Amino acid sequence: MKTMLKSILIVAIAIVAAGLAGTLALRVQAQTQQTYAITGARVFPISGPPMDGATIIIRDGKIAAVGKGVAIPSGAKVIDARGLEVYPGIFNAITEMGINEIGEGAPGSVDSSELGDYNPQLVTASAVNPASAHIPVTRADGITHVISAMGAGGGRGGGGSVIPGQASLFNLAGWTMDEMQIRRSAAMTVNWPVLPGGGGGGGRGGPAPAAGTGNRQEYDKRIAELTEWLDRARHYAQASQNKANFERDLKLEALVPVIKGEMPLFIMANQANQIREAVAFCDKQKVKIIIATGTAAGEVKDLLKEKNVPVVLRPTLTLVRGEDDPYDLSLSLAGELFKAGVKIAYGSFGNEFARRITQQAGNSVAYGLPHDEALKALTINPAEMFGVSKDLGTIEVGKMANLIVTNGDPLELTTEVKYLFIRGMATSTDNRHKQLYEEYRKRP
Amino acid sequence: MKFGNKKKLALSVAVALAGIAAIAVSSWPSQAQSGADVLVIKNATILTVTKGTIKNGTVVIRNGKIAEVGANVQAPAGATVIDGTGMFVAPGTIDCHSHIAVEGGVNEGSVSDSSMANILDVLNPNDIDIYRDLAGGVTAANILHGSANAIGGQTIVIKLRWGLPAERLVFEGAMPGIKFALGENPKRSNNPVIPGQIRRYPATREGVEDVIRQSFTEAVEYKKQWDEYNRRKAAGESNLIPPRRDLRLDPLVEVLEGKRYVHSHCYRADEILMLLRVSKEFGFKVRTLQHVLEGYKVAKEMAEYGVGGSTFSDWWSYKLEAYDAIPYNLALMTQKGVIASVNSDDAEEATHLNQEAAKTIKYGGLSHDEAMKLFTINPAKQLGIENRVGSIEVGKDADLAIYNHDPLSVYAVVQKTIIDGKVYFDRQKDIAMRAENAKEKQALIEKERQASGAGRGGRGAQPQGPGRGPGSTIEDREE
Repeated sequence: MKTMLKSILIVAIAIVAAGLAGTLALRVQAQTQQTYAITGARVFPISGPPMDGATIIIRDGKIAAVGKGVAIPSGAKVIDARGLEVYPGIFNAITEMGINEIGEGAPGSVDSSELGDYNPQLVTASAVNPASAHIPVTRADGITHVISAMGAGGGRGGGGSVIPGQASLFNLAGWTMDEMQIRRSAAMTVNWPVLPGGGGGGGRGGPAPAAGTGNRQEYDKRIAELTEWLDRARHYAQASQNKANFERDLKLEALVPVIKGEMPLFIMANQANQIREAVAFCDKQKVKIIIATGTAAGEVKDLLKEKNVPVVLRPTLTLVRGEDDPYDLSLSLAGELFKAGVKIAYGSFGNEFARRITQQAGNSVAYGLPHDEALKALTINPAEMFGVSKDLGTIEVGKMANLIVTNGDPLELTTEVKYLFIRGMATSTDNRHKQLYEEYRKRP
Repeated sequence: MKFGNKKKLALSVAVALAGIAAIAVSSWPSQAQSGADVLVIKNATILTVTKGTIKNGTVVIRNGKIAEVGANVQAPAGATVIDGTGMFVAPGTIDCHSHIAVEGGVNEGSVSDSSMANILDVLNPNDIDIYRDLAGGVTAANILHGSANAIGGQTIVIKLRWGLPAERLVFEGAMPGIKFALGENPKRSNNPVIPGQIRRYPATREGVEDVIRQSFTEAVEYKKQWDEYNRRKAAGESNLIPPRRDLRLDPLVEVLEGKRYVHSHCYRADEILMLLRVSKEFGFKVRTLQHVLEGYKVAKEMAEYGVGGSTFSDWWSYKLEAYDAIPYNLALMTQKGVIASVNSDDAEEATHLNQEAAKTIKYGGLSHDEAMKLFTINPAKQLGIENRVGSIEVGKDADLAIYNHDPLSVYAVVQKTIIDGKVYFDRQKDIAMRAENAKEKQALIEKERQASGAGRGGRGAQPQGPGRGPGSTIEDREE
């Protein structure tokens, strides 16, 4: 006990020594709630054409007004944004935010994969650490909300479970997950089993190694299991009507929103044949589907269009798989999918490169994706995929005020986020990286 | 190397495809088959890096060298002319930390000092990553072993002369190096402990220092023996027995004699200072600190010592020793007087080092010129090849990249990459050849299928097992 007190004391001293502006500020989410008026900016609402010199009123966490000549309410804090641009906050559609702090050497900081093949009852949001250093670092570059998914496989955290757990959608600011969360259960993640015939594995920031070994029998067995889980969930939903004679099952209970078509399956797949199988499976099962994949999507783009299956792109800054594939296959993928009519979004899978999704979108533009489509892929498209487009993704009255005020094109490498609003609150762009920079910059 | 098993297509197809590539490449540098041909790039924005930016400028290339640069330069009659209207010409990217063009794995992990291993012995000119990096504007790269050992293997600088044999990849006259590594990788802290297997020394940072000091203690002694032998031999003594050759110590003696650069992988400030201290003890010089994620903490000591810092743009948190990594590292080192470069450690990352450098404008406020230096003249200086490459100046090698936008823009796409005045990558030709290549590949697969007979069902033409992953050749963080 004495030792413990001693170590607490040491920690306390260390924190004080690091300075209130230092370590502590990392943990403070540094948000201020009041009425704001952003004036004079070029506003990119995404829902319509850009507006020059428009005003945005933010009140009670929401966008209260947008447009030219909007009256500024008395008492509003006015932010003069002349020369700046306003966009909806950027949505990173797959990360391991808050559940994977340090990929290697600190297993205690990783909660991204559980033991067992089928864990639909696990919820990512339960273990998200709101004090993760990744959160302020990521939002400083304009990403205001993310999907975090167990089993996403960024870094070393991914697992080989078929159902690793539920992905959660939350804001990158808040004292607790209760304050941060947008959809605690946003999607049911599935690592689609590997089919015979090979195909690449994960790679940096890519999806987890898929479940299974690529053996046909093994594959069929797992698909039969997956089918059985959904069938049982249907029976369970029916049985649960009869409250008298009913035994609760947490796994089946968690799958009920899936079979009811309320929660999408968020399917990680690297191979085109996996995608074909997954699409056919979800079609037959009549469940919603979102595919997270890379260049394999290009091979099945017509099918994805026909079945209206949206795609979260794995990091496009990835080497192409085949030696003979065009060197720019990953870079041109988003443009190809857009032309085919497939809805796309960007995800980083891991946290380290969560802030690179704007760079990826910019590169997609360089290789053929229209600029406004790249902006949609970072904002409204993922909001639609995860069923939150009423609240997020555009600058429209009534929506949650997740906004970024930048000094230029948010896809450009040199653009800075000058002001950040999350849930209508002015949010600090300070973070661990800026603080270390400031601290050592001043070193004599 | 995560996907170290470079299983690609079946051998026959691979060989055939390499043939296609070779044919393709040999047909590309058409304007410069003989060194005497003249290549001109005109009407372009020329980012010389060392001598400012020239709008509407012209570069004249003769015998593989830059012959003239300026706004009022005329193209000689008969020259091959590239119209650079709307284009940006920059020095080719120099990647100070690469693992491309290496056959097999890059780590000899069984011993803590593997200085006898030489990357030159395993250069693979058919590695497709050479071409992919060319397509990203890379013209030269420092090829190193992995970071499994405190003292790793011998390194070599290459030019990305895709299509030429291994010996032609070598950057003529560039000082060879040796890879050192500090921290988690050489102490194997992230490697699983296998029951029954004796763990390799060292397992601590103290032990890493010890390995380096032990080896240099031996090298100093060994050098003494050779110096004495050579002195007596020069003095005319006969019947001398030379000291026993030690292939492990030979390269370390070269380090002591300043004939081989030390490029050391490192992360934390403490280990950076450790290596600088040890080098002073034994009287050798560390040329570059590689990755050096905490370089910003000891930039003052690095600048005083005169060691280069070659690091990533924004990588962090992938392991414990990377938790204090910040994207301001390049800017802070630069501002404190360290010659800094941005490196890749990864075949994919190398394709956009220009973009990675651009981030320093946001993270730390470097100027456009300072950001440009991070992937051109600075890595050239770090590798001691700045008299040959790294800027667009008369007399230097014509190693250039032509972009369709400012190379510091996310929208910049490399259109052509030129080495020694020859076009090794041409985006339009690459695109134009895709259909033909696909057709030829199909024909070869068909031929192989028939040749291998029905019994094998054409398996020979199918990819065997998992391909080379879509991931990377990323080494240090995987090791």
